[in-house]
This record gives sequence, structure tokens and C-alpha cells, in this order.
Amino acid sequence: MIVVVDYDTGNTRNLKKALDYLGIANQLSSDPATILAADGLILPGVGAFQKAMAALEERGLVTVLQTAAQQGKPILGICLGMQLLVETGYEFGAARGLGLLPGEVVPIPTATGLKVPHMGWNTNEVLQANPVADVFAGQATYFVHSFYVQTAAKNILAQTDYGVKIPSIIQQDNVMGMQFHPEKSGQVGLQGLARFNKELVLA
Amino acid sequence: MLAKRIIPCLDVDHGRVKKGVNFVDLTDVGDPAEIAAAYEQQGADELVFLDITATNEARGAMVDTIEKVAAQVFMPLTVGGGIKSVAAMQALLKAGADKIALNSAAVTQPELIHAGAEKFGSQCIVVAIDVRWDEVAQEYRVYVNGGRQATELEAISWAKKVVALGAGELLVTSMDRDGTKSGYDLALYQALTAAVNVPIVASGGCGQLTDFTELFAETDVDAALAASVFHYGELTIPQVKTSLREQGVIVR
Repeated sequence: MIVVVDYDTGNTRNLKKALDYLGIANQLSSDPATILAADGLILPGVGAFQKAMAALEERGLVTVLQTAAQQGKPILGICLGMQLLVETGYEFGAARGLGLLPGEVVPIPTATGLKVPHMGWNTNEVLQANPVADVFAGQATYFVHSFYVQTAAKNILAQTDYGVKIPSIIQQDNVMGMQFHPEKSGQVGLQGLARFNKELVLA
Repeated sequence: MLAKRIIPCLDVDHGRVKKGVNFVDLTDVGDPAEIAAAYEQQGADELVFLDITATNEARGAMVDTIEKVAAQVFMPLTVGGGIKSVAAMQALLKAGADKIALNSAAVTQPELIHAGAEKFGSQCIVVAIDVRWDEVAQEYRVYVNGGRQATELEAISWAKKVVALGAGELLVTSMDRDGTKSGYDLALYQALTAAVNVPIVASGGCGQLTDFTELFAETDVDAALAASVFHYGELTIPQVKTSLREQGVIVR
């Protein structure tokens, strides 16, 4: 059973719809006991870093997610959910993230002349072979974001090019993040979610 | 790099797609979820659903429609037509829409743009602008109520204003070109992309493959929207993308 962490963010229900469509057992929950009993977790997220951390904190979920990660539970953060996995965010001032992965969240530079947010379909370049990342090799997925994660090269499985190289899939042990929205990236996105379930959650 | 998007637009009335769609052999051509799935298979990058329902009582049907589409089709969905409140936006986003397009309501209550952007983020708020060239004033003029009513607004400055209010994308239709199949209004999109720094979706006038290649060669728009050429199978999305790719335009 995958639990999609429900903390009143935008794409929670679309993630549930994608998992339902794939026939993957799942439920939405913000209950700590349910989250700690799950086989795997998905942390969605749309919006701003600080507000999202505050929403998790309000529900007592920051320590719950940290405990789940320490227990080795597979966790997939999506979009802002991926950004929350790292140590520090700099959207509207510095804020602490969940700290499940080293790294920080910084603005996409506007100096490149490119429009921010980075919105639309962009191609993934896989840097490290991985059963989940391999699904996305050379494939375009749907991105909507104004900030991006900077982390150690060893944690970057895939990247996309938007003037700067933006890590699109990151991983450290049982914790994984996708900057794009697999639930809005057509068949390839669905395949990626199915692969996460098969390789990390059911494994 | 970011791909240019090709977006079919579906007119929905009381939960049914209104215009004929005959590029696939569907027994039920009016079902939005079936048509959306067929477009997904063709490689559409996004779908726009325009609610053309005339009565307020029937508007709830759009929420059900989006709910059904979003359970089967996993790509960005934009919904527009008659949305006048943050509550209406929220209901559609909850049902599975990714973006809300405001048109007439953006003119009558511009504060709605800001309220929507503040609550859901700018990336959620698209302002749709219908424009017509005014020969006398020598400028583009904004029209509302499905293009039936002129306003005093000049289109380029209106575009700047809605972006300042929080619009994250503009869907701009040239009424002069709409339905003419004489190509997109390149001058309009050149002026718009020079004036604002949010993604712009061009709409109105496409009839052949060269219209798409010309649009992306001559302007800096991010996406092209089309209805009838796709619905009636005159062009397919793979045809459009192949021709764009041959011209060096990045598409998915």
C-alpha cells in the first residue's frame, strides 16, 4: 500500500487518480500511524516551499517523514515534494526542508532570458542507470516550477536542460525525487510511477 | 530544451463535446474523456476545455467532465468559460484541472486574476484574450463575451496588466484570423512576446502545416492551439509535429 501524504496541496488527487488508473493500492492520508504503516510514500506538492513545510509541521508530519525515511521506507517526492526532501529552501527567505537528502533549493536564473516558471515538456537525460530513471531516458516530461534542487552529483540520476542543468530525478538510498509531474506526463509518467512501485515499494 | 506545445481545444456543452471530432472512429463522438484519450494517443501536449454551456445551472457538469477526463488522461488540462469566482476555480482544480482560463471575468473583475494566482499560484492562472485589429485606432482591441462585445482595452497593454496581476500564461485568439485558415496573426504574437515574459499560446487562423512552422519560426510563442483542423482530421498532431521537427523546432 502506497500512502500519498495529504497535506492540502494541489496535485494530491491527481496522483491518486494516476495510481488508481495503474491499479496500485493507495490511499490519501495525513495520519502519522497510517503513514508509518505504509509500504511506500509519495509526497506531492504544488506551491511555495515555506508554506508547504509549515503545512507539514502543522500536521506533525515533519518528524513522521524523517522517521519513515530512517526506517528505510521508500519515499518519492514530486515537484515541490522533491524540493522538500533536501536540507534548505530559499523561496521567500531561507527555510529548513525535511533534510532527507543533502542539497538546497535555489531559483532558476532569469539571466538566461528564458521564461520562469519553467513550464512545459522538457527532455530527461539519464546520468546514472537506474530502473526508475531509465524509463525517462530521452523522454519529455511535464515540468512546472520556478526553483530547482542543487545536490551532489552522486544523487542526480537524471537532468533536464533549461539554460541551467536542472536535476529532474534525484535519489539517495530509499529516498527519490522527481522535479516533473509523472502524473501529468502521459504514458511515460505512468510507467515511471509503476516502476517506482515495482522496484522500490514492492521489492 | 523546452518543447513547443500543440494544444487541441474542445468546446464542451452540458458535459458533451460540441463540435464534431472525426479523426477517430468513435461511436460516441461527444464523450470528452474518449476524445481526450484519443488526442493523448496522437501526442497532444495539453488539452483546453472551453465550457460553452449557456446556463449557470448546467455549469456543474464541467466539474464532472473534468473529473472523468482526469481519471483517464494524464496530461495538463486547462479549463475555461464562464468561471467567475475562486470557488469555481477550486472546484475545477480539485476535479483534476491544472490551469484555469479567465476571459470575460478577467475584464469585469481583474482582482479575480490576483486572487486566483495568490491562492493557487500563477502557473494555474491563464488569461484568455480575444482580440481584433482596429483599423481606425491602428491597434489591437480586446473583446469579451465570446467575442461579441468590444471593450476599450488595447490588447498589448491589457496583456501587461494581467501579467502584473498574476497571470502565468496568456491564451490569445485573433478573431480576425479565427476560422479563416489564413495563418496565425504573426504581428500580434511578435508584439505580445516582446511585451510580456510569460508563456503565450497562439490561437486562430491555422489551416495548414506551414501555418505552424511559420508561427514558431517568426514568433517566440510557446504553444499553438487549434480546434477544427484537428477535430475534422484535416491535420493530425503527428503530421504537425513531424513538419515542425523537420524545420528544427523542438517538439515532444
